[in-house]
Amino acid sequence: MYTDEEVQITEPGSNTHIEFEHVYKSYDNETHVVRDLNLEIEENEFLTLLGPSGSGKTTCLMLLAGFEPISSGSIKIFGQPIQDILPHKRNIGMVFQNYALFPHMSVGKNLEFPLEVRGVNKSEREQQVQRALELVQLGGFEDRKPSQLSGGQQQRVAIARALVYEPSIVLMDEPLGALDRRLREEMQYEIRRLHQQLAVTMIYVTHDQQEAMVLSDRVAVFQDGVVQQIASPETLYEEPARVFVSSFIGDNNVLYGVVKEIQDNEICHVDLDGDNRVQALAVTHHNPGDEVWVTIRPERISIRPEKDMYTNNFPAKVKDVVFMGDHLRLNVTTCGVRDFVVKIPNIVGHGGVLPGDEIRIGWAALDCRAIAREPEVVIQNKKEIQQNEKKYIG
Amino acid sequence: MTAQYDIKSRIGPIGLALPLVAFIVITFLIPLANMIKESVYDADVADALPRTLRLLNDWVGPDLPSDEVFRTIAEEIVVLQENRTIGKIGIRVNRVVSGTRSVWGKTARRVDGVETDDMRTTMVGIDDRWSDLALWQGIKKAGQRYSAKHYLHAVDLTRGDDGSIRRVDTEQRVYNTLYLRTFWVALLVTLLCLVIGYPIAYAIAHTPPTLSKILLFCVLVPFWTSLLARATSWLVLLQSQGVVNDVLVWLGIVPDDGRLSLIRNMTGTLIAMTQNLLPFVILPTYAVLSSIPPTYMRAAASLGANPFQAFVRVYWPQSLPGIASGCLLVFILSIGFYITPAIVGGTKGQLISNMIAYHINDANNWGLAAAISVIVLMSVLILYVVFDRWVGVDKLKLS
Repeated sequence: MYTDEEVQITEPGSNTHIEFEHVYKSYDNETHVVRDLNLEIEENEFLTLLGPSGSGKTTCLMLLAGFEPISSGSIKIFGQPIQDILPHKRNIGMVFQNYALFPHMSVGKNLEFPLEVRGVNKSEREQQVQRALELVQLGGFEDRKPSQLSGGQQQRVAIARALVYEPSIVLMDEPLGALDRRLREEMQYEIRRLHQQLAVTMIYVTHDQQEAMVLSDRVAVFQDGVVQQIASPETLYEEPARVFVSSFIGDNNVLYGVVKEIQDNEICHVDLDGDNRVQALAVTHHNPGDEVWVTIRPERISIRPEKDMYTNNFPAKVKDVVFMGDHLRLNVTTCGVRDFVVKIPNIVGHGGVLPGDEIRIGWAALDCRAIAREPEVVIQNKKEIQQNEKKYIG
Repeated sequence: MTAQYDIKSRIGPIGLALPLVAFIVITFLIPLANMIKESVYDADVADALPRTLRLLNDWVGPDLPSDEVFRTIAEEIVVLQENRTIGKIGIRVNRVVSGTRSVWGKTARRVDGVETDDMRTTMVGIDDRWSDLALWQGIKKAGQRYSAKHYLHAVDLTRGDDGSIRRVDTEQRVYNTLYLRTFWVALLVTLLCLVIGYPIAYAIAHTPPTLSKILLFCVLVPFWTSLLARATSWLVLLQSQGVVNDVLVWLGIVPDDGRLSLIRNMTGTLIAMTQNLLPFVILPTYAVLSSIPPTYMRAAASLGANPFQAFVRVYWPQSLPGIASGCLLVFILSIGFYITPAIVGGTKGQLISNMIAYHINDANNWGLAAAISVIVLMSVLILYVVFDRWVGVDKLKLS
């Protein structure tokens, strides 16, 4: 895949492509935008850096692309540090948030540009441009100016331009941020298809958890410059290691409590405010007396459960019912917590819940997770992911 | 109801633009029309000698005009003498046939009150130039209300007695050289401004805000200083005993007896004009450069372009609208530059505007001044059209 000798494979056989080792980045020598980042990205992996704005995810891309110097630590490609390689010699493809298509060049010229600076001859350039445009389903658009294209088409051109010189690493910095929802979804599948079709390692930055779920092999969740968890989308959703992750990926109800007892090293009993006791899966190691967060997904909660069906069974007062199409979203007060969300599927006999109703709700102990307040960052490797995939999907 | 609203909403914007329209009409269009008229229309002689000119209509020579013509012109000269406008007519006819200015005053003083049947002999007796066919042809020519004579004059051409157009004698050719010099200076100043101004604009656009504010201030302060003050300071700086020469001598770069002549010549004009016009390149270029998103350069780098390639292929083409508008401004302003060359230019550094000013202030030949102005204006308009075709005026960006 490498046509350039600038980045050499020093460890043949190793399939770790990119490594971040204790990377710190600070712009003002006071606050760190990225703190102690450790990442291993495998060849042909699709990794998404997910986080709210200002969490340091884009900075990581900039460090990798070489637009910003790292403050300390090192980044390696195939084991070779790249700090001293100039950005234009790194041979990394990049798709920018606002496409960054050169407005004074036609689509064809935009795509030829990286080939031209690499000294590829005219006829070969044209062939490669053709191929790249067909790849993004824009054959025949060579002579258009970027300004004559729609947002989605511009994005396709930007992707084609980042792929045309066949880099082995492609970075994408919120590439779909400017598109409307429909187009965004369409492009997500397009990018997924491209990744499967081509042998490239893709690193994708987004703040949209939906997008991260659709695209990625693994997702790294960022908060305040620190990676909170790196795992497959399924694991992130099902086994969030931190409260931040649990509420950033999908909706979640978060209750605060104190561990009372632990049963079989697996189920812990947690006292909430107001004398309610819940049973939850002990995600991290707890001792009685520890303060923990208990999280429950809104769709795992049943309303009006049969008696003794769940160990967690509480009265709730319905404050609001919102019709969402495929489900109903109830806003209830329970266990002394307001704004507790329950999702019930929109199927016949969903119960006709009305605001003001007093109902009972319940959920399984295994569906609710007790998480320590400051757990270790959890990094999952590919093997574990494959096992997990079997667990959740297979 | 809707119709009313329609009218109101249409009148609104037009009403707001009215003061501007009035301003343009009064201060620009009317004077411009006047100037164009002045360059082709001259009624002074025609109004002063109406009857003579009517009689001369049928006269072609080679004989002298009839006695009736002499009688009529004598009468009209007497009237002009009483109105004290005879001198003006003398000047006008003299521009056509030189060396005839004194004829008029002399004749006017002596023809008054003369009763004679043979005015021809009397007048030739007063001044024998009255028997010169050239004088009569000159009167006829000067009496034309509309003529292209100023335009011919303004491009060093003249019309012979037989009506053919030919170039004036070599020593009288001044204007064409001046146009060429003006355009050459404008071109040089534009290039100098670009070469000096672009890096400054780049620096202002790409340094941290505090530094760029200081730089911008340094560009603007001279811009806000009086043109006259700046031109005079250049005199102080550039004269042979001036600051620049003193420093060069002190540094041993030039010998004391070989001081550079930097002023009252072309060099002076170039230096002072470049300094005056620099902001006109810097400001629009800066405006455009600061609007080029830095992602473009990053994109170029990520695509494998080294900084030089990225600049040439990506950055420079996008800065062209700013450069083009800056250069167009400088070029057009250079063509009309007057004060600076007048003060620092000496004779070698004079431009066409100085000639226009001379014809208005000293030679009192407004028609010629107007003709030159129209020629300059037209060349600027042509330039504008060419620019529009080439770059597109709508792409101009002025800070």
